[in-house]
Amino acid sequence: MYELRGVTKRYKRGNETVDALDGVDLTIGDGDRLVIQGPTGGGKSTLLQMLGGLDRPTSGSVGLDGTDLAKLSETKLTKVRSENIGFVFQSFNLIPTLTAQENVETALVPLKLKAKERRERAAAALESVGLAERLGHLPAELSGGQQQRVAIARALVKQPKVLLADEPTGNLDESMRDEIMDVLETMWKEHGLTFIMVTHDSAIAKKAPRVATIRKGRITVKENADS
Amino acid sequence: MFFTYLRRELRRRRKAALVVASGLALGIALVIVVSSVSSGMEKAQGKVLQSLYGLGTDMTVTKAAQESDTGERPRFRFDARGSDSDEEQSSDRVMVQGFQTLAASTVSKVGSQQGVSDAVGGLSLQVIKVSGQFRQGEFQQDQQNGGNQQGGSGAAPTGGPQGRVEGGGADFDVNSYSVYGTDVSKPELGPLTSSKITSGRTFTSSETNAEVVVADKSYAKEKKLALGDTVTIKGVKYKVIGIATPDSGDAAANLYIPLKQAQTLSDSKDKVTTIYVKASDSQQISAVKSTIQKNISGTTVTTSADLADTVSGSLSTASDLASNVGKWLSIAVLVAAFLVAGLLTSSAVSRRVREFGTLKALGWKSGRVTRQVVGEAVVNGLVGGALGIAVGLGGAYVVTAISPTLQAEVGSTGGAFGGGGGPGGGMGGPARQTASKALDVALTAPVSLSTIALAVGLAVTGGLIAGAFGGWRASRLRPADALRRVE
Repeated sequence: MYELRGVTKRYKRGNETVDALDGVDLTIGDGDRLVIQGPTGGGKSTLLQMLGGLDRPTSGSVGLDGTDLAKLSETKLTKVRSENIGFVFQSFNLIPTLTAQENVETALVPLKLKAKERRERAAAALESVGLAERLGHLPAELSGGQQQRVAIARALVKQPKVLLADEPTGNLDESMRDEIMDVLETMWKEHGLTFIMVTHDSAIAKKAPRVATIRKGRITVKENADS
Repeated sequence: MFFTYLRRELRRRRKAALVVASGLALGIALVIVVSSVSSGMEKAQGKVLQSLYGLGTDMTVTKAAQESDTGERPRFRFDARGSDSDEEQSSDRVMVQGFQTLAASTVSKVGSQQGVSDAVGGLSLQVIKVSGQFRQGEFQQDQQNGGNQQGGSGAAPTGGPQGRVEGGGADFDVNSYSVYGTDVSKPELGPLTSSKITSGRTFTSSETNAEVVVADKSYAKEKKLALGDTVTIKGVKYKVIGIATPDSGDAAANLYIPLKQAQTLSDSKDKVTTIYVKASDSQQISAVKSTIQKNISGTTVTTSADLADTVSGSLSTASDLASNVGKWLSIAVLVAAFLVAGLLTSSAVSRRVREFGTLKALGWKSGRVTRQVVGEAVVNGLVGGALGIAVGLGGAYVVTAISPTLQAEVGSTGGAFGGGGGPGGGMGGPARQTASKALDVALTAPVSLSTIALAVGLAVTGGLIAGAFGGWRASRLRPADALRRVE
């Protein structure tokens, strides 16, 4: 369960100080699905970084299951990321020289599993996203949708509590978008994840039970009656 | 995962990897060539020095020639024979060469000094032999005065029979060669150790006063000497028992005879010209030198280091070139290669910000990411090292195959090492020659295991330096960069 209290993030941009987040309070329960929307530069990605322990707030607290991520040492924060948080990026962020299976394995490296177990779990994860036949393919040999499925398999292979997705369909056409959203939805339901996604896509936002909108660093959350 | 990732990344960026490896290879190859050529120079110098005093000798003790001695010249007297005489006359002079003699007792005195392992004396001689026919002229009296009259001068005596002197004169050959009196009881020290007995045998320890001789190969060839032949020196016939071939350069002498025989021939009973000294500890040579100089006055002690300082000629020039220009050029190229490798690695990390940021977001520790970068750089370094070693070995092989000839001039100091002026001193009397000697030596470039180890060390160092640049850059990356790049 996430508990954000008074989270502020200030950047220096030349002589100007920018408030990317300005006193954000937010609670996200276990197994919730939250969509974050807002204009470009409004602070969506900054909020996602705070939730993922990729960055620290200037002030405030980011509680995850009672632990304030803002106060954790870098080593402990790395451990939290490696065990509890899965990321899916807009540009897939796959390692171009590694095969689909090896890319998925990279998420298991910090867990210090044996190579055989890593390979087996990676293969199973790829199978669960429909890529059992593509284990040995390099990213360049896969379509955009397939690459994003590999990224989803990589995010989920370690069985995290939280899945954070930053515009996961931003680089995909409409049919691919639906395909990926189906996969993510299935995974969310099957794994009981807390699923937080940043998107510009209103069609996707409409299907989410909760939608948070960030403008100029301030957040408003709405329950979605249509979902 | 580490090796798979590393291998694939290096394959992906093989052009950049090749540039880094080539730079390191160039520096390492230069280091190998310069080191091996320097080593070859040292070896050549060693050969030059060894040809003078042989193996095992650490220093020599001599007594410099006195100025007054230099005016002494040999005189040869022959009686003229009749014009019809074919009789050949010969005369030889045996002189101590190069140095003032030392009492033989000095040898044991030197041998008893602290730090001296062994000492042996030798006597260097120069023999000048004049042989040929010396005839009187024949007086041809004018026919009106009749008769023949022999005479020693070219002009007819005033008031005597009228006529002229015809014929007469001299037809002679001058042969100059060096003879070395060697202590047969200690064959492991002295100038003969710089040669190998390639035919026959060397002296036995019982031949302290035997009339036997070992001839230098070149001299034996020139004089057509073979085993069992005899060589006559000052009327004494010596049997040739062995032919010696110098390991390098020229031999210390044309002929080697037992020391006692040499002393007898030159009327130098119980005298030696040079004492060859072996130190107990090769690290203590200068201390032993000081001890001998202090305790045995009037002597000159010359170590191989002293003699090495007197080496001049193209060998010395090339040696200076290798140790100065070569060394600094290698260092400059290596430093440049290390810097370029570091900057290229750092730049490669900058191009992989998203990749490393993603790995950090997935939970990879900074240390693991840094190790990956350093690993890639070290493999680059090792590839460069392997290339450099191959190129360096090739360069060293080419130098050895060409074997350029270098000339070394050794010594011009009065106290230079033993054998003195070397064989064939030539005319000019029994001049006390300085111990100057010119030798041609072929340059080789031997590559030692330590040079290879140095090359491997440099390759790893280069890789680590490059890795340090890149690793430092990678360790400073924040995982948030993986997301920020997407925006």
